[in-house]
Amino acid sequence: MKITHNEVMHVASLARLDLHENDVEMFAEQIGKILEHVDTLDNVNTDGVEPATHAIPLSNVFRNDDQKEDANREAVLSNAPEQEDGAFIVPKIIE
Amino acid sequence: MELPELTIHKAHDLLRQKKISSLELTRALLERIDDRDEKIGAYISIAGEMALDQAKIADEAIAKGSISSLTGIPVSIKDLICTKGICTTCASKILKNFVPFYDAFVIKKLKKENAVILGKVNMDEFAMGSSTENSSIRITHNPWDLSRIPGGSSGGSAASVAADLCLASLGSDTGGSIRQPASHCGVVGLKPTYGRISRFGLIAFASSLDQIGPLTKDVTDSAIMMNAVSGYDRNDSTSVSINVPDYTSFCKKGLNGLKVGIPKEFHSHKGLDSEVDLAVKNAVKTLEDLGASSVEISLPHTKYTVAAYYVIAPAEASSNLARYDGVKYGFRDVDKKNLIEMYKGTRSQGFGDEVKRRIILGTYVLSAGYYDAYYKKASQVRRLITEDFTKAFEKCDVILSPVAPTPAFTIGEKAADPLTMYLSDIFTLSANLAGIPGMSLPCGFSKTGLPIGLQIMGMHFNEEKIFRTAFNFEQATEFHNKKPKLL
Repeated sequence: MKITHNEVMHVASLARLDLHENDVEMFAEQIGKILEHVDTLDNVNTDGVEPATHAIPLSNVFRNDDQKEDANREAVLSNAPEQEDGAFIVPKIIE
Repeated sequence: MELPELTIHKAHDLLRQKKISSLELTRALLERIDDRDEKIGAYISIAGEMALDQAKIADEAIAKGSISSLTGIPVSIKDLICTKGICTTCASKILKNFVPFYDAFVIKKLKKENAVILGKVNMDEFAMGSSTENSSIRITHNPWDLSRIPGGSSGGSAASVAADLCLASLGSDTGGSIRQPASHCGVVGLKPTYGRISRFGLIAFASSLDQIGPLTKDVTDSAIMMNAVSGYDRNDSTSVSINVPDYTSFCKKGLNGLKVGIPKEFHSHKGLDSEVDLAVKNAVKTLEDLGASSVEISLPHTKYTVAAYYVIAPAEASSNLARYDGVKYGFRDVDKKNLIEMYKGTRSQGFGDEVKRRIILGTYVLSAGYYDAYYKKASQVRRLITEDFTKAFEKCDVILSPVAPTPAFTIGEKAADPLTMYLSDIFTLSANLAGIPGMSLPCGFSKTGLPIGLQIMGMHFNEEKIFRTAFNFEQATEFHNKKPKLL
């Protein structure tokens, strides 16, 4: 097995996903197969090759830190699952 | 010819001559959607009233003599491009009721021209898939054979154009998601050069690969859409500040001196269907008859494309999709009283299996101890794949290949086996990894009547030669004029 049940559960937990027992099995098998295919990359000699994280040469884009009207608070909050007094409401963080 | 069957440029002529109004055209399309989309399943939401209002505004503008190529033209939009006031779901439960309070850059551009937005069209959830079967909302059927998939992830876009449920559509392409459905539905689909069109307001899947592009009924319409939505945008730091040419000016006769490259690796691919292979070979002959010359080229790292892509794309996706936490927008699991449990409940119920699979895979390849072996290695191979193209384009102006190894497969056929589905993306992934433009153009039909697409790829920011090649091919052939009969 390229990736174990425990590894799938651990990674899922890091990604904040709860998986059913059956799903853990399915994902372990499917992701295992994909990783086996990915292992073909080992056949490529990449000594001294600079990784390409972008498709085209990019440079940082800067702007002045000016205050401007972008979106109003009401609009930003309009899709909130729960809101009150202009703030997003979340379950208790500190017990 | 009925109004919904018009191309953009023909509808534009009629609007300019005041032989039709945008309101008539828009009504005709809304009626057709009402009548036929139940069978196709292209649309997720229809913005009928808003569309009629936009059509009236377009007609007023035309009456005042203000008309551009897209004024009054009804289009559909893939449901991952933010539209102010129209639900934008990404075909995911997690964004089921999300109504953006702003327009994506491309939508602003369309509105500036007084184009008409009919509604939002189906896709694989978060654009992850090749069949539109991963939509949490509905199944989309291929207008040429309702038992088959329309391709994906922009399956709703391609099906809506092929079935004349809009005049054109905007989709997005991260690994072939415009070109492959265009091929399966017999329409023209262009993935432009990375950076050509702003991604501002495009819900992110894999940011270094995603690109918006048009799906249209012919090549001229593709150029018209490109003219409208291309350009630099300060809100997208990867947007490139290069002048936007008039893409329609490249749609002119003559291929003399054009060199088309044929990659030997693509045509010896073992999963390649013989009818697809033949259609592409015939297309090369047609182009040679029109004055082009062909040359064999080599893209030696082709066989590593799927492996590199399915590390890089899920890695970026796992990071991008971390934002869906049930706090600021979208679905929330309200039963959980603790924050971490709320995150987990929200994401586990909100995402479908394919999205979860890619998040887990992406998190795994980025995790401590695996980063070098997977992400770094794949990024190095990405550079080698890009260099293959740079070398190949020293010998030719455009590269021709199939789009998909087979015509559209049947619904359900590959759903249980993700790797097989991924391997079918072999011909389209490399253009995203390299950031180069690629177009799918109708070039034939299988014996069973399914459309087959030809892929034309060009060097960065050289859409010109793609349009020149495609336009001349289209003028010399009849494939784009054939319509699905099932409707």
